[in-house]
Amino acid sequence: MADLNHAANEGKPLALSVRGLNFSFDGQLPLFHGLDFDIKQGEFVSILAASGIGKTTLFRLLSGLIAPQSGTIAIGEAAHSAAEAAAKRKIGYMPQKDSLMPWRTVLDNAALGLELAGTAKREARRQVMELLPSLGLEGTESKYPHELSGGMRQRVSFLRSLLGGGELFLLDEPFSALDAMTRVGMQEWLLQVWEQHRKTILFITHDVDEAILLSDRVLVAAESPIAKLSELKINLERPRSYEAALDHTFLELKRHLLEMLGRTAASRVGGSV
Amino acid sequence: MKRKVSASIPVIVFVLLLAVIWEVGTSVFDVPHYIIPKLSDVFVSMWDNRALLGKHWLVTLWEALLGLGISIVIGTLAAIWIDRSTLARKTIYPLIVGSQTIPIIVLSPIMVMWFGYEIWSKITVVILFTFFSIAVNTADGFRSADPDIGALMKTMGASKRDLLLKWKLPSALPGFFTGLKMAAAFSVGGATLGEWLGGENGLGVYTKRASNMLRADAVFSGVLLLSAMGILLFLAALWLEKAVLAYRRT
Repeated sequence: MADLNHAANEGKPLALSVRGLNFSFDGQLPLFHGLDFDIKQGEFVSILAASGIGKTTLFRLLSGLIAPQSGTIAIGEAAHSAAEAAAKRKIGYMPQKDSLMPWRTVLDNAALGLELAGTAKREARRQVMELLPSLGLEGTESKYPHELSGGMRQRVSFLRSLLGGGELFLLDEPFSALDAMTRVGMQEWLLQVWEQHRKTILFITHDVDEAILLSDRVLVAAESPIAKLSELKINLERPRSYEAALDHTFLELKRHLLEMLGRTAASRVGGSV
Repeated sequence: MKRKVSASIPVIVFVLLLAVIWEVGTSVFDVPHYIIPKLSDVFVSMWDNRALLGKHWLVTLWEALLGLGISIVIGTLAAIWIDRSTLARKTIYPLIVGSQTIPIIVLSPIMVMWFGYEIWSKITVVILFTFFSIAVNTADGFRSADPDIGALMKTMGASKRDLLLKWKLPSALPGFFTGLKMAAAFSVGGATLGEWLGGENGLGVYTKRASNMLRADAVFSGVLLLSAMGILLFLAALWLEKAVLAYRRT
């Protein structure tokens, strides 16, 4: 079953292709040095990295908010640059904080992307209303963000990204601010939603369990500057639930990932001494 | 609504208490009527001159509103400019803040020299009194806009216009209303001062003439009406704020 999923992704065109990416902030050490990686359409890929290594910067590059010093970012079949893809609304960016507008209801927050794309208000609202139940947000449409729990706000934020972008979804540690119980609930929720929509997702996290539970592949960034990402395929059956975390295979994968992180971390400590 | 009424009971009781102290105190201590008239005499004077006072009240109100309206427009435009240009933030913003050290009262006669004894000198003084709080508070409101929301909108292909209308302006509204409430209260003082410096109509003119004639009861009736106007304008701004920022109450 798991292999079938991967086989299904094998022949698919690329949703994202990064080649020779270089970036550093003015006067600071480089964050990325000649980085290459690809994501296929319909894949759920996580990037696992320690905090402060440049994960959020990578997302800002991929969503066109900042430009790389050199290298190419090609998004979708038409291989748009990140800035083009943003302008053409091919990217669904879900930031770490929910960043909901406090003056807008759930309905109008979720409709933001459609509204910016020029969709008529009525039609945008209809599309939001249609999706609310499947995201567990039924009945919240006229509530304001401050009336919702952290988990619910992240759901609205996800729905906004879902309706705002087309080909590639960038999720930047969306559950990191939630408490442990809520986070598990949200991970299972995301698995369900992803099963329904099968969008291409690039998910950034520093949580090993989260990366394994959600992804088809995990890309590990252990060194700074990030010059390459080591890959681990997650051959767990889908649909998954948190039960999978108790599985023997899961623990093997976790051991493997911790080694990938740990070995390089150890070498980094050794190198810097 | 019920809760709002019960919340204002303490202040109503307190004001009534002060009124009683005024009325009884002036009699008990036999204060001369040209120093502090009895409160009841003030109301009698107000009633006797109601037609004249009503006319002057409307003139002053009109000056305050017109000046306030112009301040809202140029104050908001200045705030947008300060927000958009780093140069303006570094030059105009400190200048506006610094301009508050200028005693406007001293500057006001120049407004009369520039704009004459007609309504425009009064409007100008009102603008000098109110522009600052609207411009500065709105500029601070713009600066408080969450940059993450702006970044997110850019990834959704938002235009500059989208960013201004759907992100910057709504974020600045709470600051704008803080400025507006202060400006509403200041505007009456500005209009009155403008009238004091020269003019034919308005409560400023009325109170000045009354004070020249040592008619303290007429002065106080004018003052009470001016203060009522300030409170009314403030409450109107407060009501507008609550209506526009309804999301904060839920």
